[in-house]
Formats: sequence, structure tokens, C-alpha cells
Amino acid sequence: MERPHTGSVIDGFTLGERLKAGGMASLWHARHPEHPGPLVVKIPVLDPGADVSAIVGYETEVLIHKRLSGPHVPRFVASGDLSRLPFIAMGLVAGTSLADRIRQAPLPFAEVQRIGIAIATALADLHRQNVVHLDLKPENVILTEKGAVLLDFGLARHAELPDLLGEESSEPMGTSAYIAPEQVLGERSDPASDLFALGCLLYQMASGEEPFGRPKTVPGMKRRLYHAPKPLRAVSEQAPAWLEAIVSRCLEVDRGRRYADATRLAFDLRHPEQVTVARKRPTAEERSLGKRLVDLFQKRDEADVTGAPTVARRKAGPSLVLTAVDLSEGPDALAATILAETSRLLAARPDSSLACLTVLKTEILGETRTVDAEGRSLYIGRLVALKDWARPLHLPEDRVSYHVIEAVSAADAILRYAEHNDIDHIVLGARSSSAVRRHLGSVSTKVVAEAHCSVSVVRVKGGSEE
Amino acid sequence: MRIAILSDIHANREAFEAVLAAARRLAPDRLVLLGDIVGYGPEPGFCADAARELVAAGAIAIRGNHDEAAVHGPSGMTPNAHEAALWTGAQLSPEQKAFLGGLLLTAELGSVLFVHASARDPAAWHYVRDLRSAEACLAATDAATVVCGHTHLPTIFYARAGREPVAFIPLRNVPAPLSAVHRHVVVVGAVGQPRDGDPAACFTLLDTRTREVTMVRVPYDTQETARKIRAAGLPDWLGLRLQIGR
Repeated sequence: MERPHTGSVIDGFTLGERLKAGGMASLWHARHPEHPGPLVVKIPVLDPGADVSAIVGYETEVLIHKRLSGPHVPRFVASGDLSRLPFIAMGLVAGTSLADRIRQAPLPFAEVQRIGIAIATALADLHRQNVVHLDLKPENVILTEKGAVLLDFGLARHAELPDLLGEESSEPMGTSAYIAPEQVLGERSDPASDLFALGCLLYQMASGEEPFGRPKTVPGMKRRLYHAPKPLRAVSEQAPAWLEAIVSRCLEVDRGRRYADATRLAFDLRHPEQVTVARKRPTAEERSLGKRLVDLFQKRDEADVTGAPTVARRKAGPSLVLTAVDLSEGPDALAATILAETSRLLAARPDSSLACLTVLKTEILGETRTVDAEGRSLYIGRLVALKDWARPLHLPEDRVSYHVIEAVSAADAILRYAEHNDIDHIVLGARSSSAVRRHLGSVSTKVVAEAHCSVSVVRVKGGSEE
Repeated sequence: MRIAILSDIHANREAFEAVLAAARRLAPDRLVLLGDIVGYGPEPGFCADAARELVAAGAIAIRGNHDEAAVHGPSGMTPNAHEAALWTGAQLSPEQKAFLGGLLLTAELGSVLFVHASARDPAAWHYVRDLRSAEACLAATDAATVVCGHTHLPTIFYARAGREPVAFIPLRNVPAPLSAVHRHVVVVGAVGQPRDGDPAACFTLLDTRTREVTMVRVPYDTQETARKIRAAGLPDWLGLRLQIGR
């Protein structure tokens, strides 16, 4: 094939200005009469006699990219026949590359938080589509007004496709600054690997430093299996404790101890006040004792250190459960039934977590009461009641959060909360039917009709008419 | 071209009919019967006749070891297979035997070679069930893709010169891609006696334009076939295994 240049026409795609040259491919602005809007054409560098792995990588990228959709990936438009004209055409993503933004790191913590939420949301969408990116780095993230868009699926893995690329090499595939420990050992199927990479990005955005540097050798990359990076707040004194807690959970070597999924990570970034912060960081002496202990066990198989794959448990049940309970009349039989159903759902998956929500009704008109007859805060009172309701679940602090929301419409409040936090499953109760309820419609009816996720509606069996 | 491939029917009428109905809904361009039309199952006569009609209507059919054993007598088979082959031979009419005995060992469509067991010495009925046997199968032919059955275990082997092949077990009803830089051995699942733990009948759709292979699973009444196997006096295990897919 002739060297592409501005003005070249490839399968109907007219190349415009060249975007940039990577090692593996050149990128061009492009147009096509049948595909509206600005496009990008990516042409892999596949010289005759080039490493055949590059061809396999190109084929893998096409196979995966064309199966992806949604707002967090560039729109796949077309690909060229490998033997004739290899290229991938996709929609142009207008925005700022994280590579440009991260050069200004350390960034304000609010921005780190915002970008972190955007990337975690994009990862959740990618993982839902059965794909692990495996090369999350600043160059592969575009920040747009509508969120983060992930680029370059050249190292990605689709759970329903053969991993032809992974079989090409026994060397770790990824970028040394961000690669997860299990990836260093050749594991290429765990969504938890992307959470590790995001942890590295959060660390770098907050501190300006890459937590593991950029080792050039495999033994250099393997260091991260045994040596934790400096805690975030040792590098960036002003960093909030919650951010350090979130980052260190992403950077757990044992992937089973990282976040259950990207949605859960986004949840913590959205609710920093609910993040459990270790009361005291281990002192240098304690760490060195720990290190000595690790050294004792260092003869362990490397694969043991990175823990069991997390894929199976992801299928066991919802990771983020929202339970809405009405405590305005105090705990009742319905609240107990809701608790029982919540308990069963959480039992399906040991790494799931629960958001408990109760709505404090406010009036559309007139002044809303904020204190009870004795002058106590209604908000605090409800929060205490909510925690008391959830207590029999005996959930550790980091598995549960409590939310008292003031709203006119309970259904709207629940729906808004569920969508904003990307909840997997909602549990709520329905009172037994009554003429008024049938006429006005109930909270549960509206939530069932409009929620974007599964909803369990529970009732007290044989409950009398109210 | 879209090709529906039915392998290892094994005289299982219920599975054969269910799969044919499902395959017709996909309106394939060609139909290939990949051998072992009879053997093990209770209705060899019905399946041989149905196969002959399909061939008359343009289908390709090739010979499997059980078809051969039903015609020429079993040799080197497991006790259950041996017993079933003798029984099958006694059920078939001379016309049905002539049809099965006249089937060729291989067929080709474009760059795809169809063979019941392995392209390596097809009449020796080697199993393609690991990387070595897949390599041997590909070494015996120039075809880019070999489609075979015989093991009753759906697997796709991706092979590139100078490299160990990669084995992939395709998921049920999910298209698996064929690679432009690999050769392939596509081992298809069985219509009439699945052994991969999934009792649903399996047939395969190969789309040469989109370069995709789908193992389509079709549930059918396994208890009815098992009942007929018992009624025919065939070994009980042959009916039991249909219900667990082993």
C-alpha cells in the first residue's frame, strides 16, 4: 500500500490532517460521504516483515472495537481488510486528552475526583460490555463535556473472544507505569486490572508522581508485587485522607481486595464523606516489620500474591444495592421485610455493598419543618433510625453507606439517586393496596416503571388494607 | 456464504428434526452433514433417509466411522459403540446402506475442507482434541480452514506457522471470529450426542463473509430419545448420556 498522506483516499475515506504518530499506527482526520461527521482513521504500521504480533494486535483491536458501543468509546465506523488495506475508521472524539491535563499535575483534588469519577464510569460501561482495556493510561483517555472516552483497544481482552494476542508473547503486555501486578504475570482477563491502572492515574493526578515509576524490565515491573508505593499523603501532604484510602484500595496487589467493580469505585469518589479511612497509618517501623514478614513468605508462588481472578464473583450478584426504606412512622413490618430481602441479595456476593436511603418529605409550599416538637433535628433523627434499621445486617463500615434525602417526591429521589450512582439493584417496599394508592399511584410503581436497573418490590404477605 | 454444519447426528431423530428446523430458520446457503449420521441412536433408518433426501436437495454429506461400521461391521470400537453398530447394521435396508457406504470421506467448499475426524488420514478416524492433533490435521492439507466433528466437543484451534495453536471453546450461540492471519480447525459439536456437558443438540453456522462461526444450541426432548433407546434394547448408558450431555 502507498504511504498515506493528506488527501489520500482509502476505501472512500479521505484523509485530512495528520493527528499524531504513535509507534504502532498513524492517526488522521478523515471524512467519508456516507458516514457523517468528522472521523479519525487509524492506520497500523505493518511493514512487510514487521512483527506479526502487530498484525494480530490490529485484528484484535478491530474485533473488540466493533463490538463496543455507547458514549465512552469512539463510534466504530469501518475497518479495512487486513491483507489489503488495514485501517480502523471511527468517530472523532472532541475533548482534552488526559495526557495534556496530567502534565499539569498535581491537579486540584476536586478535579482529580471529577476525572476519576468520569474514568470509573467509562470503565464500568466497558466492563459491562465484557471488555477489559488493559492499557489504561493518560494517552488513552479523552475528557469530554459528557464524560471520559477510552481509546485504543489494541491490548484489550473480550471475555467472549479467543485471546490470540495474549498467546503471541509471554512478556507482560501493557504500559509499565500503570500495569497491574497480575498483568505483569501474564493474566489478561480481569477487570480489576483496569482499576489498578486507574489507581495509578489518581495517584499521579493528585501528586504529579507515578506511583511505580516507569521500570523498563520485567523484574522492575514485578517489584510492585512486593513493594507498595509511598502512601499518597507522603508524596502530597495536602491530599485528603479519603483520596489516599481510595487510591490504596485500587492499588491492592491482591485483586480480590480492590474495589468490587468500577461502579463501586465511582461511588466512593462521589461520596468521599462515606469512605472508611484507616484511623492511623502504619508507622515506618511497623511497615518494616510487615515487610520482614512478607520476605518470610516471599517464596510463595507469585500468582498467589495477586489473588484469585475476580471474574466469577462479578457474576454472582449485584455489586451495588440501593435499599429505600420508609421510616417516617418508625420501624414496622414492611421495614423488616425489606431488611430480609436486602440481606438475601447481599449474601449472593460477599464484596457487594449497600446504600441505605430514606426520604425526608418536604412540602412544595410553605415552610418545611426541620425539627420535631422537642426541637430535635428531623434529619439527624432519621439518620439514627436508618442506621438502627440496618444494624442487624452487621455490615462492616466499608460495605454500607447511609443517605437521608430531603425531597418532595420519594420516587423521584430514589430514581435520581440510583441513576446518579449507577446502582445495580433497588429494593423497596410496597404498602398493601388501598383506594387512595391505586388512584394516586405508589412510589414503588413509579420506581419500577422508570428505573434503569433491576428492582425488587417487597410486601408484607397478607398485610391488611391500610 | 453461510453454511450450516450438522455433525454426529447418531440416529437421534428428535435432535435431528429440532436442529433442521432451527437451521432452516437461519436460511443458510449450504447444508453439510459431517458424518456419523447413524450409530448409537434408535432411528438409523429415519436419519439415513432424511439425509439422503437432503443430499438430493443439494446438501453435502460425508462419511463418519459409525456410518462405515453400520455398513461394513464395527472394528476397534468401544463395547457400547460396537453393540450399537451391529444393531444399526441390522436395522438398515440395502438402499440405506448403499447411501451411507457411498459417502465420500472429505468435501471442499472454497478454502474450507470438511472431514469427519481429521484431515490427517481421514479413514483412520484420528480425534482432533488437543494442540498436537490440530497441528497434524492442518499439516495434512492446504485448506485455510478444516471443519471436523467426531469428538462431540466444540473447539476452535487457531494456528499460525511456527507457533503453537491456540484452542478456544466457543460459547453457545455467540459467534466466534475466525482470524485473517491464522488457519483454523473448527471442531463442531454433535447434533445427536453432545458430550460437552450441555445436553442441547448442537449445529454450527459458518459465515465465510463475516468470518464467524457459531455453535447453535437447540434443546430437544432427550427423554423421548432415551425411551426409544431403551425400547430398542440398546445399552441404557446411551440414553442416559443424552440427558446429561456427556
